[in-house]
This record gives sequence, structure tokens and C-alpha cells, in this order.
Amino acid sequence: MPLLTIEDVAVELPTPRGNLRAVDRVDLSLEAGRTLGIVGESGCGKTMLSRAVLQLLPNKAKLSGRVMFDGQDLVRLVPESLRRLRARELAVVFQDPMTSLNPVLTIGTQLMETIQEHLELDAPAARKRSIELLAAVGIPAPEQRLAQYPHQCSGGMRQRIAIAIALSCEPKLLIADEPTTALDVTIQAQILDLLAREQRRRHMAMIIITHDLGVVAGRADEVAVMYAGRVVERAPTLALFKRMHMPYTEALLAAIPKLETAPHTPLPAISGRPPDPTRPLKGCSFAPRCPYATGRCREAKPELKSAEISEHLYACFHPIQMTEGVGA
Amino acid sequence: MMQLAVRDQPLLNVDNLVVEYGLGNKIVHAVSGVSLHVARGETLGLVGESGCGKSTLGRAVLQLRRAKSGRVLFDGEDLTAMEGEALRKMRRRVQLIFQDPIASLNPRRRIGDIVAEPLIIAGVKDAAERKRRVQEVLSAVGLDPDLVTNRLPHEFSGGQCQRICIARALVLNPEFVVCDEPVSALDVSIRAQILNLLEEMKARFGLTLLFIAHDLAVVKAVSDRVAVMYLGRLCEVAPSEQLFARPVHPYTALLLQAIPVPDPDVRPAESVATGEPPSPIAPPSGCRFRTRCPRADLRCSAEIPELREVASGQFAACHHPLA
Repeated sequence: MPLLTIEDVAVELPTPRGNLRAVDRVDLSLEAGRTLGIVGESGCGKTMLSRAVLQLLPNKAKLSGRVMFDGQDLVRLVPESLRRLRARELAVVFQDPMTSLNPVLTIGTQLMETIQEHLELDAPAARKRSIELLAAVGIPAPEQRLAQYPHQCSGGMRQRIAIAIALSCEPKLLIADEPTTALDVTIQAQILDLLAREQRRRHMAMIIITHDLGVVAGRADEVAVMYAGRVVERAPTLALFKRMHMPYTEALLAAIPKLETAPHTPLPAISGRPPDPTRPLKGCSFAPRCPYATGRCREAKPELKSAEISEHLYACFHPIQMTEGVGA
Repeated sequence: MMQLAVRDQPLLNVDNLVVEYGLGNKIVHAVSGVSLHVARGETLGLVGESGCGKSTLGRAVLQLRRAKSGRVLFDGEDLTAMEGEALRKMRRRVQLIFQDPIASLNPRRRIGDIVAEPLIIAGVKDAAERKRRVQEVLSAVGLDPDLVTNRLPHEFSGGQCQRICIARALVLNPEFVVCDEPVSALDVSIRAQILNLLEEMKARFGLTLLFIAHDLAVVKAVSDRVAVMYLGRLCEVAPSEQLFARPVHPYTALLLQAIPVPDPDVRPAESVATGEPPSPIAPPSGCRFRTRCPRADLRCSAEIPELREVASGQFAACHHPLA
């Protein structure tokens, strides 16, 4: 049984211009010890989906569907059980380590608070564990760091501390929401390695949310591509990169400048921009930007369906790179 | 003959530029003796991690931040020696595009007025002439003048705001544009549109560009030559293809290795990068990269490596360059 199952989850946010459908009927699942990459551009709903899993949606948001975690439906859990579950089994690392740490508390206080609260350790034991954790995430001189404040650390260090706090209670699932977007490329590589190492060691499941296909390519077991609130393609990472069926996925990959391309080569850009999420389209949301779109794409929404292998799903009437005899 | 000589001269020549900031009673060594040139019609990419001084260098070139020492020669004239009206006149020929397109547009002003502002400052008094030039440049960047002129910045997406910023930068027909991380705040699909637009504009208006970014792949896509900067100094300068195929400075190699490649068959190298950049308040002696460099030895802490030619057109500042 998967550790996490997201079933038919939808999130709507009221705005002055009408309801914004941030997440539109998403199904996903994740086994223990595996990594799922969720890829998409800003506004595609990837962060809202992760907030739905964590039950950290804005107050006015309307959530429907089920989020099954380790046999319990998180949507129906009472706040107290949720709170216990969140720190101990479900942890999160946010994009900006400056705003996710409390600026007026020392690093030691923030780490030990979590550990004491959830693992019911006394202060000396919590302190010892904090030092071990900081050492594990690669922070030099961890004992001295405990007395420091977040502003005394660099962005990379702060993200390591945020990861240490997230890992402190040995969670079963770690959600990393753009964990390296605010960091420099050399620090990004270090943080991604750290996450992968800790995940292997702890046999933890992980969701990496990113806009960068490069970040998930080498590090996720499975990738889900989101566009305008929906999962439009989902497949084991190797299968996806070998053969993309959804035109959006292909276009997204093509639009990234590549190191092997000669300078001044025009980039295959995706024309236009994503649709207004308060004005849902009748057909496929990518149709207005898609070179393969036909009348059918503007009339009906393609459902997610399997390609050659059953784990490779795509939502498109005119999939690309299909082997003969399969698909639409 | 005379004219030829003038044309062969680089449009921009930065000579031993030093820029420092005061921070309390400490000094931030943002740019410490950088020399570079940009030929007419060329795009020079400038890459480095945050805090390496690349934006400060860009601003110092435009005299938005005055240098402590060194010279910035633009078309043969020393900008660092200019002040007041002379500098203002010169600024019509050099423009800047910022990273955050939304923050760099005044939210209360209409697009038509925003783009016309440089013309007013430059003394174009004829309103009809201003209108014509605004319309021309808005169409050039792919916006419909009739639809956008009377609207406010908040009605536009990030990508469209960057188009407006590009229009504003180009309305005076400048020769030289500093692009400071122009696509870092944009989504992947929009980023490609803006990079293509910059290339188009460069060809159409005959621009010379200094393109500052932290993303090596983005820099390579638009640059003829690339300069790599680390903690206030240049590490390596080379033609794009050469720099990416055969990096000579260990820092360039490290930056290249750290880029995540969108291909699952390429296993990410276990982080080669060790540690983090030191503070520019107290930069390391000798080679500033030595504290993170796998090849560093005693000489690197004692002696500052000079930028020297290691292969045709490829310059590196390293005592132990990669073969």
C-alpha cells in the first residue's frame, strides 16, 4: 500500500474575480522510500497541492477529495491529531529559508523546541540530538551554531538548518517545496545531495516540488508535470525523459537553454502564457499554446490515460512520440 | 584608416576597476581590480554566484555606483571622470535592464508614459514625435501599442513587464545595454521568449550587451564571450564555446559541474563544491577561490594570480590551471 495517496483532490480559492481553481482533480500516490518530483511553472498549482497534503491551505480555500497518509484521511483528521502527525511523520522544507526560520530565536531553540515537543526528550537529550542533526546536515562547528540566530548564517546554511528541523522527528514523508530555488547553483547541488543522502539513510518518502526539470531528472523516481492545476503527464523519470507524450512537457524541456547548444541559437519558446485560472477553459488548458491543438482540444478536456506502460500517464488527444498502434 | 582604428577599439573598456562599500566600520570589497572589454556588437556574459560583485560591476560601468579607482572607457571617453550634464548626455547611449520587471515599473503610471519618460529626460519636446517613437519601440518588443499604452503595470504578467522594461531601455536608441539578470525572475517558458527577444533587439538596434546572470546555460545562449567572476575578481574570460568545452579555471569547472542537467541518464556528480563563498568583507589572501579550490596550495594564499592568456582568446587567473 502506498504511503501517500492523493485522490481526486481539488482546491478552490475565492478571489474578487471569481473562484480560482488552483488544483483541479489530481490523483497521485507515493510509496515509502521513493521520491516524487512535481514540476510546473508558477501558478500551476504545485505548491497548493502540497499545502493540501499538509493541510496548510489558506482559511478560505475549499478542498475536496481525499489525502490518505499511512491509512488515515488527512482531510478528515481533527486539528490535534493533525498537529502531532505533521511534525512527526510529515515534514516540510520551504523555498525561502530566511522566512521559514524565526528570526528572533536561536537555531538551538528552534531545533530543540521541535525535538522536545514531539519526541518527549529532556533538554540535555534534545541538545545532544540537535548537535547530531546539525552535523548530519553538514554544518561545521554545530555546537557554536546552536547559540546563533538565523541572520548570522548564509542562505545555504539556513536551508541546512531548516532541513535539520524537518528531519528531527524522523518523518516518513518530507515535502521539499522549491528547496533550492533561492540558492546559488553550487549550493543547490550540495543541498540536493544532502536531501538524497538523508532520504536513503532514513528510507523516507520525498516530494520535490520544482520548476526545473533538471532538478528532478537525476533525483526523482517518478515525475508529475502540472499545468493550470492539473497533472498533465506522470511517469517514472526514465520513461518520461525517454519519451514525453504531452506536448507541454516536451515544450517545457525544449525551452530550457542547454549547455551543449551553440550561442545565439534561437530557443524554442512556448508562445503565449498560461490561462487565467479564474476563467477555466472548456477544453485542454494547454490548447491555446499548443502547436498540435485541434478543434477537439478546445471542446473537451483530455483525461489522464496510460501509454505503452501503465505507469506512464498523459492527458492529451494528440500525444507525441507514441509507438505505433498505441494511444489515440 | 583613422576610422578603422576607431571601429576596432572596444566600445567599452573597463580598466582595473575597484568598487567598495562601507558597512558600519567595515569595507565590502565588491569589485577588486577588474579589467575587461566589450567589442562593438558583442555580447559579453558575466556570470558568478550571488555576492560575487557582478551587479556592482554592471552599475559601476553605468556610473550608478562610483568606483574607488580604475577607469571605464566608453567609446574612448572616461565615464568615471564625467559628472553632471556630460554624464547625463552619455547615459542616453547606455541603458540598464533589471532583474525584477514588475518592481522596476512605477505601478501608478501608464505604460505609454513609462516608456516615454527617457525621451522627456533626453529633451524630445515634440509630443507627436514621442508618441511615434513609443509606439515604434512597443511594437518592436512584441506588444500592441493600442492595447498597452493606457494600461497600468499590474495588468501585465512578469514576461510582459520585462518586454515593457526592454522597450523603455531601447526607446532612446542606446548603443550599449547592461542586462542585469533579465530573465531570472521569469518562468521557463517565458524566459525563452525574452531571451529570443533580446537577441532580436540586439540585431535590430545594433546593440552591444553586457549580460549579467548566474545561470551558465542562459549566459551561453546569448553570449559571444563569457567572463566568470568570483568574490570581486575575474577568474576566467573566454569565447563561450571554448569556456564551456574546456574550462581552465577550477571555479568555472565547479560551476559547470553543479548545473542540474535535465537528463536522468546523467547522474548528478556528488557535490564537488565544498563549502560556501567567504565574505567579501574579509576576502582570502592571494587567490580568493583558494578556500574552496581542490588544487590550492601555499602559493595560492601568498600570491594573487594575474589574468593571463592560457589558450587563444582564453584568459584565466590561476596558478594551477586545468590542462
